[in-house]
Amino acid sequence: MTHLKRNALGIALCGWLAMISNVHAADDLVVYSARNEQLIKPLFDAYEKETGTHIKFLTGKEGPLLERLKAEGARTPADILMTVDAGNLWQAAQSGLLAKVDSRILNENIPAHLRDPDGQWYGLSVRARTIVYNTKKVKPADLSTYEALGDAKWQGRLCLRSSKKVYNQSMVAMMIAHHGEAQTEAVVKSWVKNLATTPFSDDDSLLNAMAAGQCDVGIVNNYYFGRFQRKTPDAPVNIFWANQASNGVHVNVSGAGVTKHAKHRNAAVKFLEWLSSDKAQNLFADANLEFPANPKVKPDPIVTSWGPFKQDTINLAEAGKLQTRAVMLMDRAGYK
Amino acid sequence: MTTQPAIEQVRVAYTVPVAKRRGWLFSHGGAWRLTGVLIAVLTALPLLMLLPAWLTAEDEVWRHLADTLLVDLLRNTAVLTLGVGVGVFVLGVGLAWLTAMCEFPGRRIFDWALMLPLGIPTYVLAFVFIGFLDFSGPIQSSLRTLFDTDTLWFPPIRSEGGVIAVMVLALYPYVYMLARAAFLGQGRNVLESGRVLGLNPWQVFFRISLPMARPAIAAGVALALMETLADFGAMTIFNYDTFTTAIYKAWFDLFNLPAAAQLSTLLLLFVALALVAERQSRGRARFYSGGKHASAQRYQLTGKHAWLASGSAALVLALAFLIPVAQLVVWVVRTGMADLDERYLEFVSHTLLLGVMGALLTVACALLLAYIRKQWPDNITRFSTQLATLGYAMPGAVLAVGIMLLFTWMDAGIEIMTGGTGLLLSSSVIALLFAYLVRFLAVAHGPVESALERITPSIQQAARSLGASHREVLWRIYLPVLRPGLLTAALLVFVDIMKEMPATLLLRPFDWDTLAIRIFEMTSEGEWERAALPALTLVLVGLIPVILLVRRSGK
Repeated sequence: MTHLKRNALGIALCGWLAMISNVHAADDLVVYSARNEQLIKPLFDAYEKETGTHIKFLTGKEGPLLERLKAEGARTPADILMTVDAGNLWQAAQSGLLAKVDSRILNENIPAHLRDPDGQWYGLSVRARTIVYNTKKVKPADLSTYEALGDAKWQGRLCLRSSKKVYNQSMVAMMIAHHGEAQTEAVVKSWVKNLATTPFSDDDSLLNAMAAGQCDVGIVNNYYFGRFQRKTPDAPVNIFWANQASNGVHVNVSGAGVTKHAKHRNAAVKFLEWLSSDKAQNLFADANLEFPANPKVKPDPIVTSWGPFKQDTINLAEAGKLQTRAVMLMDRAGYK
Repeated sequence: MTTQPAIEQVRVAYTVPVAKRRGWLFSHGGAWRLTGVLIAVLTALPLLMLLPAWLTAEDEVWRHLADTLLVDLLRNTAVLTLGVGVGVFVLGVGLAWLTAMCEFPGRRIFDWALMLPLGIPTYVLAFVFIGFLDFSGPIQSSLRTLFDTDTLWFPPIRSEGGVIAVMVLALYPYVYMLARAAFLGQGRNVLESGRVLGLNPWQVFFRISLPMARPAIAAGVALALMETLADFGAMTIFNYDTFTTAIYKAWFDLFNLPAAAQLSTLLLLFVALALVAERQSRGRARFYSGGKHASAQRYQLTGKHAWLASGSAALVLALAFLIPVAQLVVWVVRTGMADLDERYLEFVSHTLLLGVMGALLTVACALLLAYIRKQWPDNITRFSTQLATLGYAMPGAVLAVGIMLLFTWMDAGIEIMTGGTGLLLSSSVIALLFAYLVRFLAVAHGPVESALERITPSIQQAARSLGASHREVLWRIYLPVLRPGLLTAALLVFVDIMKEMPATLLLRPFDWDTLAIRIFEMTSEGEWERAALPALTLVLVGLIPVILLVRRSGK
């Protein structure tokens, strides 16, 4: 190989390295998000339009994203961590990945049970996990609580999603918070006995199965039902607010916190405050038919049409704290 | 073939004293062997990152698993491995024999079309099959309407049989491709010797072709099984508990990464032992065939046999490719093309770019390793190759975390040395390419090694005795002879990289989304039908290399 060739090769290699190594503008706000792109990008675009702040983001699964934050440590480019459940936010706070934020605006806009008592994370939208039923076979009067889905009359008529989904883990964790472990385990066991079929991998499949008549009652997040209703308005499936006479419907949040090593801490807090404001709340929640976390903001008409309901107001940090126990409990009860 | 032991002895006699005299590193070919060891160590680093996890005792998780799930998931994993192993062997080898050695209606089309399912990721095939065949899917719904009943028995798709069927249909092409190449390589000589000896086609298959193709078939089955063992996506969709889902349970649900890492090392240990056992049982037998790629005289199938051959090939093709693609098309049409925007161009180009770069890197390393191993078949090189090809059995996200830790350490080192560049390597394309190398070296190694088996020691010795250096031998003899094998390897790796999700998800730089990432975005909240668009695009883009492969390897 001649010298000329070698030099050319060297230059090309350097150019290639520059292209593929990780260089980015220092002024952008950076978000690591477990909430998917199609739900967050419109917000980021709106914010950029309004304030000129560009937001870079990286989506992924919660577990790996937390490990990435941990590994990057003080060098992380991330300013904000966003997830779709409280359990993982709690875990992030527990691992010392999030910073305390003391913002009057956030504290005013977000109810106390939907944010970390220490201000390390804030719920931004609320998803209610409640009962759905087949209107051809079940009357609303037959329904009451999650716990009652274990009654003998639902034998072979109940559909559940996999216990590996964090939504179910949070729900069972909150049940432990209310009833203690022994009673909760009895309830979960009674559910397993009533199952019509193997637990589904997702709520959509569950709703489809219910519409097709495979089962009569089930538990899903409200927005899956909303999406389902929008797509197939004639399907014989309806939503029922569970536990209204007792502790209320189990809710979870999609939320965010500012990272401990954020390079743009003030800008990050400002962005979270904006997210909790009226117009952003609608953008945030309506995109996915969720409830705005800010109680002053009205939800999407489809969501409003299901009527008001009482929600469980135990602080969601409990869901994170009890998640491990909930998972082990479900394994013991044979809930796959 | 009968002269083989003699050659082996000559070679042993020739290399051993030299090595003994000058010490391993400085012995004949020391630099080459060192390269092999280096590649192995480098690719093993992310796996080694898991070992410190054993320093902490995660008793709680272990006791919990032992009390509740362990028996079930070991049983499930065993059944799945066995089922998929037998399935891909029967489909892969059977179809390869038919298209390579027999003549029947439609053979020319099936010959390449049977490779097409390679472009469909297991998780896509899983959600398509469930969407199509579950209780609420079109088939069962219309059957219920047809018979006007609410309770119609239908084999449940979300079941053990369903998982195995889907994995077999998604993974048999690995075996098919490698076995087909091996059968074609055996060529005319085998068939002719069979005829001369008065063997019927079945006897030729079982007594000559099958044993000779064993290295290739074993490599294919091993790939399929390693992918099965590491699979998380399809298992989640089926809600089927395996060893790998338990690894993720420990990490994601119980927030215990060390326990997950411990479980992962056990999985790898098991895979390593299985691979070694297979090699041991293969013994020292080596097969060389001097035949050209000429299969002029195929067995002509007629009548019932011909139809049976066409029918079974058509059935597999329909189940593994045509029906799934049709279902994807239906979903794309139904959900509209609303998601299709100009960014798809970017997704496709990122997907292709990563695939090409990753495939080149991986195949180059695989070639080096295989060459070194063939030249100096001692324990050290054997161990190195074994180590370097374990990454494929590693659950993707766990591997990705290992690589991320490695690169953030390197970044910390760079920062200390240069005084502050931040995260240069981790979350760069370099980290991603390295992840692909570690994960898919096994995929490239299979075809490269089985192609290498076809280079007889005599060619090699002739070249060396004429004074050719190792570099010349590699460049002027191996490369041309191995070209089909290398091409197979490159395209397999390319397609695998395109389908890869967990490592890409974690390690990709900002704004480096690929088609697999799009599928993730849609499916993470259960929007299967919207995932059909990126899935279909992935399949179509994946067809390009498969078709390329076919045109090169065909005739």
